[in-house]
Amino acid sequence: MSSSMFSQKLFSRKFDQAESGDVQLANVSRRGFLKGLTAAGALVIAARWTPAFAEEQKFGGDAMPHGVVDDPDVFISIEPDGTVTLINHRGEMGQGIRTSVAMVMADELGADWDQVVVKQAIAHEEIYGNQNTDGSRSMRQWFDSLRRAGAAARTMLEQAAAKQWGVPVSECKAGVHLVMHTPTQRSLTFGELATAAAELPVPDRDTLALKSPDQWRYIMRQPEEFPQGESKQPLAADGMDILTGRAQYAADVSWDGMLYAVIARPPSYGAAVKSFDDSAALAVPGVVKVMAMPTATQPSGFEPMGGVAVLAENTWAAIKGRQALSIEWDNEPAGANASYDSKAFRELLEKRSQEPGEVARSTGDIAAAKASAADALSVNYYAPHMAQAPMEPMAAIVRINGDSADVWTSVQNPQAARDGVAKRLGLEPEKVIVQCGLMGGGFGRKAKPDYVFEAADLSKAMDGRPVRVQWTREDDLHNGFFHTVALEHLEAYFDDQGKVSGWLHRSLAPSIASVFAPNAEHQSAMELGMGIRSMPYDIPSIQQESGEAEGHIRIGWFRSVYNIPHAFAIQSFISELAHQAGRDHKEFLLELLGPDRKIDPLSQGEVFNYGEDPAKYPINTARYRAVIERATKEAGWGKEMPANRGLGLAVHQSFVSYCAVVMDVEVTDAGEVIIHRADIAFDCGPQVNPDRVAAQLEGACVMGTGIAMMTEITAKDGVIQQNNFDTYLVPRINQVPKEIHCHAVNNSMDIPMGGVGEPGLPPVAPALCNAIFAASGKRIRSLPVADQLKG
Amino acid sequence: MIEVTVNGEPRSLDVPADTPILWVLRDTLKLTGTRFGCGLAMCGACTVHLDGSPIRSCLTPISQAQGKQITTIEAMESDPVGQAVQQAWMDEAVAQCGYCQSGQVMSAVSLLRNHPNPSDEQIDSGMSGNICRCGTYPRIRKAIKRASENGVAAIDESLFTEVKA
Repeated sequence: MSSSMFSQKLFSRKFDQAESGDVQLANVSRRGFLKGLTAAGALVIAARWTPAFAEEQKFGGDAMPHGVVDDPDVFISIEPDGTVTLINHRGEMGQGIRTSVAMVMADELGADWDQVVVKQAIAHEEIYGNQNTDGSRSMRQWFDSLRRAGAAARTMLEQAAAKQWGVPVSECKAGVHLVMHTPTQRSLTFGELATAAAELPVPDRDTLALKSPDQWRYIMRQPEEFPQGESKQPLAADGMDILTGRAQYAADVSWDGMLYAVIARPPSYGAAVKSFDDSAALAVPGVVKVMAMPTATQPSGFEPMGGVAVLAENTWAAIKGRQALSIEWDNEPAGANASYDSKAFRELLEKRSQEPGEVARSTGDIAAAKASAADALSVNYYAPHMAQAPMEPMAAIVRINGDSADVWTSVQNPQAARDGVAKRLGLEPEKVIVQCGLMGGGFGRKAKPDYVFEAADLSKAMDGRPVRVQWTREDDLHNGFFHTVALEHLEAYFDDQGKVSGWLHRSLAPSIASVFAPNAEHQSAMELGMGIRSMPYDIPSIQQESGEAEGHIRIGWFRSVYNIPHAFAIQSFISELAHQAGRDHKEFLLELLGPDRKIDPLSQGEVFNYGEDPAKYPINTARYRAVIERATKEAGWGKEMPANRGLGLAVHQSFVSYCAVVMDVEVTDAGEVIIHRADIAFDCGPQVNPDRVAAQLEGACVMGTGIAMMTEITAKDGVIQQNNFDTYLVPRINQVPKEIHCHAVNNSMDIPMGGVGEPGLPPVAPALCNAIFAASGKRIRSLPVADQLKG
Repeated sequence: MIEVTVNGEPRSLDVPADTPILWVLRDTLKLTGTRFGCGLAMCGACTVHLDGSPIRSCLTPISQAQGKQITTIEAMESDPVGQAVQQAWMDEAVAQCGYCQSGQVMSAVSLLRNHPNPSDEQIDSGMSGNICRCGTYPRIRKAIKRASENGVAAIDESLFTEVKA
């Protein structure tokens, strides 16, 4: 696009440059404004914190690399025809962030959604602020700054109108896509004002008037409140493109001269190519080149695993070429990984769970509680490895043009892709333009850009020619970054009043840190913060320990991460304790929760808190209670159930949101599980896009059902045993709850905003297993259920 | 040369006969709306219609399409049942990441042609070959029922843009 066209736009300068791929920060206007943000943000934090603490610690979006940005220049442009282009800088993987980011800005701006175009940012955190889309962070960390960007642009349009009419700006008010002069009812459209507004300085942050919630047209509106009526999601940035096949994912772009590559990767983590015979592969029509890739040394971080790449003129030739390869692997560099057996590892963890681990948190006197116990229960729970298995297998295209490179891919962390490609190619990071298509699911897998680096290495080997690396499903399941495996040892002691007086939790799970640092054999503070140290229960003596557990495959983030095994164990155990005490599970759970109170996470040694300010986001037992009460009420907790049928409950806080689930389950005499209904009560504070929140909860419920019932990765002789969806089982339409009901709790601007994408997942599996117990009397302590109820 | 009709257009294809239809559509014809999900006919992301019947294009060689009609997601905008399904999908806000939805739509169109008022069991049977990792199944079920209620049954079969098997 020509620069003259852009000169007609408002607020176009920064993304204009980013779009063109010719980013020159020195020429970007209003850098001062960006700098001002950091200063003001720091002041806000300082006011909340003691000075000593404020100096060293930031929270939320401010603590993320490159922070948050609220400059309208970065995100908003308006054309003379009225088209409002809004930039989404976060990764879209199904959570609907392209829609939600745009609707927040559009609402504060006053833009009519029908005239809004959403454009995807390139990887460039120096301009856009943090783009790493994980941790259920996008909206809770960006809501305020996106509102300010919209409000600033609206203010500039009002100022431009006032200038044109020669009237005080106080008499000019933005409506829907226009500015009105209130006394005379004259109006000018956003398009008519765009050029003049672009000449004005961005107003100071402190002077901005944000809209009050009753003025919002899109934010927090339920679907039925939209004038369009019928549709559940009248605002959808990509809706019809998805349904017509037009939407572009990582593998849907082709560049001239592009080669298609598939890679035979080492069967075990760390193994290397000893030798290979490529004669048959090269004989496959369309195969252009076969080459070995270097094996990364452990711990390998985001580095590719190595292997042998087949480059061809089309995907099928590359796949056939790979099939024709004969490779001898060297297991020596893989060490113990080459003999990793997940069954034997489980037995090892079972054994270790009987010995003390590193103490993560200790309160009261656990030994005394044990010594004086009138009753006790000791149980081990197991949760297996899993693969994220997003429906879109990983893919990336890279081409190198002298001192610059282009990347087209789908990643959760575009900046990591950009900087990693730049480093390995010896280019300036800003000369690497990473464009992101839609992610066909991410679930944590696409936070690791190893596949982008593979494409960069292959393009380099082909003198810069475009290369698209295509992972197959087998690659995804064999060579992934897997969800950890966990053995959770729990002990509880009852006093002579039947109260729980002591709680011992020993958690053994390989850490994600094992992929980044040598000898990382205990869970990190982040991982222990996911349900262990953050546990709210009012028990006099609590001891939480982390047992030794080394990683033998690449361990990585999986939607909701260590909350999965921790919540499964803790919530199953509370159900078991209630049963042992002869108490109703819900009553027992609420009693364990204790009186309503706000717990300072730091008082429990919980330093992670999802990166959020513990003063703003304490552990709030009233919010736990509220979701428990709501889910049980909606499910009719306590009602008489038919034979073979029962309700199961679980609650969990994660990503600073609270979620309770009640499952209504039937277990037939043949051991079949029929899930009649799920009731999910969810408190993430204000729900910016309520229908999309519900969709995330439904999706988490479906995935959690899979985690409970069928989903498992196992390893033998260092090799993952599942190949494809024939052996790696994920839920299908006939295997999920027949009804899923989502209930919003504390959906209010008075509550600090929490995460949405992940917190719905952890309570699902324990609620389901507790329901299985209620229905059948059979206790599931090892995931998945698989055929445990049969025979 | 393999002669096929793709979305109503005759095509002469110079590709190896064992090439799966999926890769012919995606790499040769650049019809990228049909997605690659598993390569083993286990996930349904690659579902297209061959002479009106749903098939998994990732495992069906192009030779089996010789002289036949292939219909892909790109043709659904001009197909009455396809339009009804797409609108119902929009109304129920089904899609999350969207990657599997091309296949879901193709399977749903086929289901609704065969069963204009499908029961839950018929929906299970017609749609259980299509995996959605985002978990949009409850909304897929609602959308199929909505499309049905919106009158798929009343659509004149002579308007179908492809052969009904």
